[in-house]
Amino acid sequence: MIDRTSAPFIKDAIEFDLKLKPYQKLVLNNGVEVYAIDAGEQELLQLEIVFYAGNSYEKNKGVALATNFMLKNGTSNKSAFQINEHFEYYGAYCNRFCYNETAVLSLHTLNKHLNVLLPVMREMITDAAFPESELDIFKQNSQQKLQVNLKKCDFVANRLIDAYLFGEEHPYGKYLSAENYQALSTDQLKEHFQQYYVNGRAVIFVAGKLPADLFEQLNQQFGDLAITKNGQSLPAQQLVAAVQKKQHISNDPTGVQAAIRIARPFPNRHHPDFMNVMVLNTVFGGFFGSRLMSNIREDKGYTYGIHSYVQNHIQESAWMISTEAGKDVSEATVTEVYNEMALLRNTLIDEEELLLVRNYMIGSILGDLDGPFQIIGRWKNIILNDLDEQYFYDSIKVIKTISAEELKALAEKYLKPEDFYELVVI
Amino acid sequence: MIQFEKFTLENGLRVVVHPDESTPMVVVNVIYDVGARDENPEKTGFAHLFEHLMFGGSINIPEYDEPLQMAGGENNAFTTNDLTNYYCQLPAENIETAFWLESDRMLSLAFDNKSLEVQRKVVCEEFKEHYINKPYGDVGHKMRELAYTAHPYKWMTIGKELKHVEDATLQDVKDFFYKHYTPINAILVVAGKITVEEVKALANKWFGPIPSGTKYNRQLPVEPPQTAPRSMEMKANVPLDALFKSWHIYSRLDKRYYVTDLITEILSGGGSSRLYQALVKEKQLFSSIDCSHYGSSDAGLLVIEGKLVKGVSMKDAEEALNIEIEKLQSEGISELELQKVKNKTESMMAFEDMSVMNRASSLAIYELLGDADLINKELERYHAVSSEELMNESRVIFNENNCNTLYYYAAS
Repeated sequence: MIDRTSAPFIKDAIEFDLKLKPYQKLVLNNGVEVYAIDAGEQELLQLEIVFYAGNSYEKNKGVALATNFMLKNGTSNKSAFQINEHFEYYGAYCNRFCYNETAVLSLHTLNKHLNVLLPVMREMITDAAFPESELDIFKQNSQQKLQVNLKKCDFVANRLIDAYLFGEEHPYGKYLSAENYQALSTDQLKEHFQQYYVNGRAVIFVAGKLPADLFEQLNQQFGDLAITKNGQSLPAQQLVAAVQKKQHISNDPTGVQAAIRIARPFPNRHHPDFMNVMVLNTVFGGFFGSRLMSNIREDKGYTYGIHSYVQNHIQESAWMISTEAGKDVSEATVTEVYNEMALLRNTLIDEEELLLVRNYMIGSILGDLDGPFQIIGRWKNIILNDLDEQYFYDSIKVIKTISAEELKALAEKYLKPEDFYELVVI
Repeated sequence: MIQFEKFTLENGLRVVVHPDESTPMVVVNVIYDVGARDENPEKTGFAHLFEHLMFGGSINIPEYDEPLQMAGGENNAFTTNDLTNYYCQLPAENIETAFWLESDRMLSLAFDNKSLEVQRKVVCEEFKEHYINKPYGDVGHKMRELAYTAHPYKWMTIGKELKHVEDATLQDVKDFFYKHYTPINAILVVAGKITVEEVKALANKWFGPIPSGTKYNRQLPVEPPQTAPRSMEMKANVPLDALFKSWHIYSRLDKRYYVTDLITEILSGGGSSRLYQALVKEKQLFSSIDCSHYGSSDAGLLVIEGKLVKGVSMKDAEEALNIEIEKLQSEGISELELQKVKNKTESMMAFEDMSVMNRASSLAIYELLGDADLINKELERYHAVSSEELMNESRVIFNENNCNTLYYYAAS
């Protein structure tokens, strides 16, 4: 008979020696930098052209988003349909994403089709046409989608909490109304495109089982463009946080759940407390075994899930607790969140729990470094945040060594209820 | 080509091993041959509720998650109408922890009252979050009820109503466990940095002593062929009118499944697909439109769902949709279009197969369907589909008498 009551021997994950596979760096003729990870078994790759063209740079709300979206909606030689058909015929995915600082054009493809896809990407970022008719459809459908989203308490809560933290005019706090969509014009898009794409600043990330002639292909398609490594500096942003810290919003009288957001301002990754707080956050609400999940889901059953996280912002950030809880237990949920903060401020985390969190975090990073797209994702985060690989190794060291006393001190410093904004949307 | 090896323990547990030296991790995936279709119609949502209870402690181990996290692992699970799948990933050095945990909960659960009480509430909140407190959240449920008269696909995995979940008792939990959670009704897949010999030794050590259990003999009501169109109107507090149509298709192992899958790609698989181009871009009758299918083991549904542009009448929208379907039926598709959807399928599979976790769960699902090696035969089957088959099949599926329509109106 085997003994099923005692756990098999484990190697503590903190004994693992984690390595972030180094990138290869290439520089195109125009100075644009390419960061590459050559790994993986399948003959495929992911390419991201990251422009400094996000909503921090726009003159009017929605311009950065619409410009980015419409890169795919026609050039002077190709209709939106022809562009889509080209990528789809080769089984490739060409997507675009607009963030606060950056705006991305991405490609996922089997290597064998790369040479017929890159020229079309070049066309999109040099010669996008922004047809009036396409913009009209975008405006109409975006407004309709917004109408549907505004019925959802979580969507409304996500918009408002950011506005409280940063202000409605700050890139991290602003959100779009139907009127903002309606006011968009092709001239605004063309201007943004010329300034931040055609003559803008870009950096390229590529990962996968890279073909031998990748650099030649990239240099041929993008090396002669006017984009550069340096671009316009970020316009100064005025952060205007809300005065009123507690807000209750009634969005849907028939709602059966409340979207709860509790958040405080938090510095960016360059702050000495940042990586230490990542460990405290994991204990607090950063994984399935966290304090918030154990108490509010697994003990009380108030919610399907509750999480805490530090927002992924470059300039300034926020520490957020987020959940959807039953309407009748929403107040109790808020109370329990503050109780968990108090516990972390007042009582040392015991060594067993701390070891579990260390092991979990290291195991999770080990699993997350598995595969070329994950590795380049880590690098992208490091590079776009203006950090270097030491940041990765320092984070690992913090996870392995931070003490319960240090975590308690951080909780005393940051988990103070009076610093938090609290929003309940039903 | 995905390499794997299979063997069966004496108690009937089937084991699939997929070694992959390139990762420092292992994935341990256990699939049970039970889903929402196996539920009592008066106690729906139970298979999924049960999945939650599998994390509430087993006979010898009070807590599932903690020891796994201590070993640097992560886990999750999902339930569908057909099956229940549990998976965890952890550093290869600590693989035995996963065998210890998974085998103990296959041996027996703790059957803890508190866990049942809490998870009933958690699942009710999940129900609310996804199906009640969301515009159009009830559509999936209504569509199943309209399209199925006999087969248990007529309810969703989450359950027919909150009350079924709220009423679950500990006796229900025990009965369900002893009927379905046995070696003979399960498949274990181990993938990642591990050898077949190591898995054999570990599987025999931890799972070998578990009593086999009785093979579950599935006898589900057969859905009679639909012989006349069905429709239903709804009014709800949503901002936009929406149109939902569904048609009965084939079971997962039917050759025509692949044809159907490509039809959905032709109709709505991207910016150059037919419905998007004609109805969203050219005619601007819909603000969004999507075509998909259940992918279920038994005969599922092909579903088209679209939100109407404000001011467009339901009649005009439906007519325009019908024109696109008729075009497919009468003119078929070009070789270029066929090649496009085949290329897309090939590439989609390659990207999915990058993750060892995906490969493990795919192997488990295919083995449950009858043969893990289907994973290596799929592409060939898609490639074999001809444009004639596609046109013919579109005539069979999109037959008026096979159609269910849900008109979803915004209450003004």
